[in-house]
Amino acid sequence: MRTVIVVGGSAAGLAAVQSLRAEGYRERIIVVGAEIHLPYDRPPLSKGFIADNLPFEHIRLGDQALLDDLGAEWLVPARACELDLNGRILRLEADDRLGFDGLILTTGVSPRAFPGKVPGGVYTLRGLDDAAALRTALGTAPRVAVLGTGVLGMEFAATARKLGLDVTVIGNSLHPLARQFPSEIGELLAARHREAGVTLRLNEQIAGFEETGGRLNGVRLANGEIIPVELALVAIGSKPNVDWLWTSGLLIGDGILCDARCCAATGIYAAGDVASWWHSGYGARLRIEHRMNATEQAAAAVKNLLGAAEDFRPIPFMWSDQHDVKLQSYGIFPADGALEIEGNMASGRFVALCHHQGRVVGALGWNAAKALRQSRMRLADAMKDIRIDEPALTAA
Amino acid sequence: MRVVIEQARCCGAGQCVLAAPDVFDQREDDGIVILLQENPPEELRAAVMQAIKVCPTLAIRLEG
Repeated sequence: MRTVIVVGGSAAGLAAVQSLRAEGYRERIIVVGAEIHLPYDRPPLSKGFIADNLPFEHIRLGDQALLDDLGAEWLVPARACELDLNGRILRLEADDRLGFDGLILTTGVSPRAFPGKVPGGVYTLRGLDDAAALRTALGTAPRVAVLGTGVLGMEFAATARKLGLDVTVIGNSLHPLARQFPSEIGELLAARHREAGVTLRLNEQIAGFEETGGRLNGVRLANGEIIPVELALVAIGSKPNVDWLWTSGLLIGDGILCDARCCAATGIYAAGDVASWWHSGYGARLRIEHRMNATEQAAAAVKNLLGAAEDFRPIPFMWSDQHDVKLQSYGIFPADGALEIEGNMASGRFVALCHHQGRVVGALGWNAAKALRQSRMRLADAMKDIRIDEPALTAA
Repeated sequence: MRVVIEQARCCGAGQCVLAAPDVFDQREDDGIVILLQENPPEELRAAVMQAIKVCPTLAIRLEG
């Protein structure tokens, strides 16, 4: 292989470049990144970057010396717009055509937008520029609404509350993090948010925004009620950045569809938030939008590109910091799993295990990082001898 | 070999402890990294290198 192109210049893209070099690949690497910034860490954007006014220096991933050592060509800001699978050519919006032998796709996700036109004062949060704009805007917005009860929305709510703002979280779920964890955890988290002074409006439908002169002054619920706010964060999920690939011939669904080795087509691999792959340890198709996966999956994809032929079977890890709660989890939490609490939920420190189909598949720590790490071993043991291949797709 | 950690960057993932349990530990509740030995013996170099590689926030580095 003479040229490997990495499309996506964030955490997974950087990890891919580092892994290529660590695995001994010495030829040309080109990185195509949509953002002008050097690689940086996204998790602090909803937390410390805003609440503690962290400088960019603190969240960047590696310094210039590290990037120089890697010897990759960084094309930023640049966007890929077309992939010619047979010709092995990537076309950029600036109309450059780049030939490749290996391709790693790490294009990430974008925030799902609120449908229709929105007034000034309504934000989404994904990148550094979004976070910087929000940080400034929060200074003149005493009342804040968060639309959505996922990880990003709840973290941002805690951050805005820490800044002393009046915060209302609005969502159609019955409790926070409903898609990630069982209801017991969500309810406990809801209680912690309320205790910290956050107003939760759960099981509510949002109808739209109220404005004067193009500026937001309220969020309107389906029942007609208006919640007066000066700023709203829309955190209703994200969508994989795959629009440019629909006509490429790659299989696209909820992300770039890869096999158990993160392979999308011969010589083409995907990693990070955008990659959907078959996890042969859980016997399930997963797409994971968590920081740790970006690093781990990029490393696995690179190894396979270079010939390793190994299934990517991680024990997924995530964390979230909200108020004084450090939530961390390993594994997966299927909707029909059963939760077993180790310790006392009311004590403010416990580990919860998730059992599914006769084995333990998930472990969650509530202010219990060290104890949680010890239960990771159980998850690894439970998965060790299991290998479930993806059922072959059959034409209808 | 001198190991340097940046606790302010650490997210408490504990990946370093999995890679090199003789060199790294975590605080009980928030999981922030603790350095057990600043100058580990040379035979632990491979384990420390692995910890550096898997750290999601690049909070560990080697000097010398």
